[in-house]
Amino acid sequence: MADVKKIATRESYGNTLKELAAEGHEDLVVLDADLAAATKTGMFRKAYPDRHFNCGIAEGNMMGVAAGLSTMGYVPFVSSFAMFAAGRAFEQVRNSIGYPHLNVKIGATHGGISVGEDGASHQCCEDFALMRSIPGMTVICPADDVEARAAVRAAYEMEGPVYLRFGRLAVPVFHDAENYHFEIGKGEQITEGSDIAIIATGLMVNEARMAAEQLAAEGIHARVINIHTIKPLDEEIVLKAAKECGKIITAEEHNVIGGLGEAVCAVLSEKLPTPVRRVGVQDVFGCSGPAWDLLKFYGLDAATICKTAHEMLGK
Amino acid sequence: MTNAEKLTLAKHACHIRMGVIEGTHSAKCGHPGGSLDIAELLSYLYFVEMNVDPKDPKMADRDRLVLSKGHAAPALYAALAERGYFPVEDLKTLRKIGSYLQGHPNMNETPGVDMSTGSLGQGISAACGMALGAKHAGKPINVYTIVGDGEVEEGECWEAFMFAAHYGLSNLCVVLDRNHLQIDGTTETVMNSAPLEEKLKAFNFNVVTIDGHDYDQIEAAMQAFHAETAKPTCIIMDTIKGKGVSYMTNSVDWHGKGPNDDEYKIAIEELNAAYAALEQEEN
Repeated sequence: MADVKKIATRESYGNTLKELAAEGHEDLVVLDADLAAATKTGMFRKAYPDRHFNCGIAEGNMMGVAAGLSTMGYVPFVSSFAMFAAGRAFEQVRNSIGYPHLNVKIGATHGGISVGEDGASHQCCEDFALMRSIPGMTVICPADDVEARAAVRAAYEMEGPVYLRFGRLAVPVFHDAENYHFEIGKGEQITEGSDIAIIATGLMVNEARMAAEQLAAEGIHARVINIHTIKPLDEEIVLKAAKECGKIITAEEHNVIGGLGEAVCAVLSEKLPTPVRRVGVQDVFGCSGPAWDLLKFYGLDAATICKTAHEMLGK
Repeated sequence: MTNAEKLTLAKHACHIRMGVIEGTHSAKCGHPGGSLDIAELLSYLYFVEMNVDPKDPKMADRDRLVLSKGHAAPALYAALAERGYFPVEDLKTLRKIGSYLQGHPNMNETPGVDMSTGSLGQGISAACGMALGAKHAGKPINVYTIVGDGEVEEGECWEAFMFAAHYGLSNLCVVLDRNHLQIDGTTETVMNSAPLEEKLKAFNFNVVTIDGHDYDQIEAAMQAFHAETAKPTCIIMDTIKGKGVSYMTNSVDWHGKGPNDDEYKIAIEELNAAYAALEQEEN
């Protein structure tokens, strides 16, 4: 994988906002809370300064301002780190955006452990849980640049509140931009296989792909499923995997409490009880360190997925 | 404003107060105190000030009102009914299952409600977004928001005040309802936010202080808002919580409960008498 192109999905976010504006979408506006350089909306600000509103370090107010702008016919993309967008401003998102079901898009960058050296205070591993619990909220976590770009476009085009989680870390681009079809709420089956299914989201999708390659070398055929839309969850693809594979591993850069793993378990326990193991942050806070090292340290990697598969298959 | 015009508005305000009592009595709960004290303001906003059309509640370039102190919903609903958005009779469905009159305003259910509010501090931010949107679109839309003096203890209000001044939202009129009472007692004892005039001036607002029950002063404050072209305006409106009903007047006990049957009777009798007095003055 040495020559694979790597791009952080936050870059994809900033680039796509600029592209959408360039395509003539006059109603698109961008809000940021003194993080435009990091969330990459700075690119948009440079090209369209009259449509970029810095709200200062005040995320709660920013969410409300976005709600107000949306009632005036604008499509605001509200940007901050996941910790502050989903965490600090949770109640504003819940009451001023979710409850009235307003057309606001929350672009949350720096999600997960891979924030790296800034440490636990900035490593948000609770955002899926928080955002999933809001009725009517769409929750998306793209896996690479191609998917992130498509997700931003799809979020713009749909009516209603959307939470988009992007990463700080440059991650491998594995989707083929020419042929990739993205649809909100539809999972993507990446590899065939029926020995075990690995259902992953975000940067863990690529780890799942690598795990499947390693497992294939051992004669274990794993089905890799990319769930970019955590909510609404593609139940069909999950149930099909459970039926055809019989064993499931979920993989996410999020606390195993409240995230993709639990969403999958909820569907399966009610409709088709199936053994599931959840790879993710095991209900602990993160710490400072280089991002890729941290991912390994917390078991968010292909090796942990392979180990889990071995345990489940008794091999 | 002529005396006749003032009397007409006072009668609307009286009807709004009756609607507050009808709703909170029927619901056996709700927030009558802080609803009663904004009756004059709401009558002025809906019958003089705002460009709105009850037949077309979503009219594109209408003025907006955000009731940031969303617990005063009974007064907002009564004002909307009085203005003709929906039948006055429906005020009795307040807070009941299936009613479009929720305990706190819901923009998707109630005609004329421009923003869902209730969690203090949030409406003011949405009002800022509306004012920014109007300004950005170059539309002559004014945005009014009513904030409580207890509500300003929420930090988000001050984030919003900073934002409004930073973006020069001269089309934003914040009415700060200063009745000096909140659930646990007086604002002075619970969390003193004074001096509000100085704070808002320091936050770069155009600040006007008025008696919120005096139509001449309300009119003058709105004129000051229209005259201001650079800054957002804050009308600090001194009011008497529970005004119009003797036993609710200035009483912390009537922040969040509905009148029982006996109390309801007294309130309606008092308001009927007040209305009759206005009619007599008219003739």
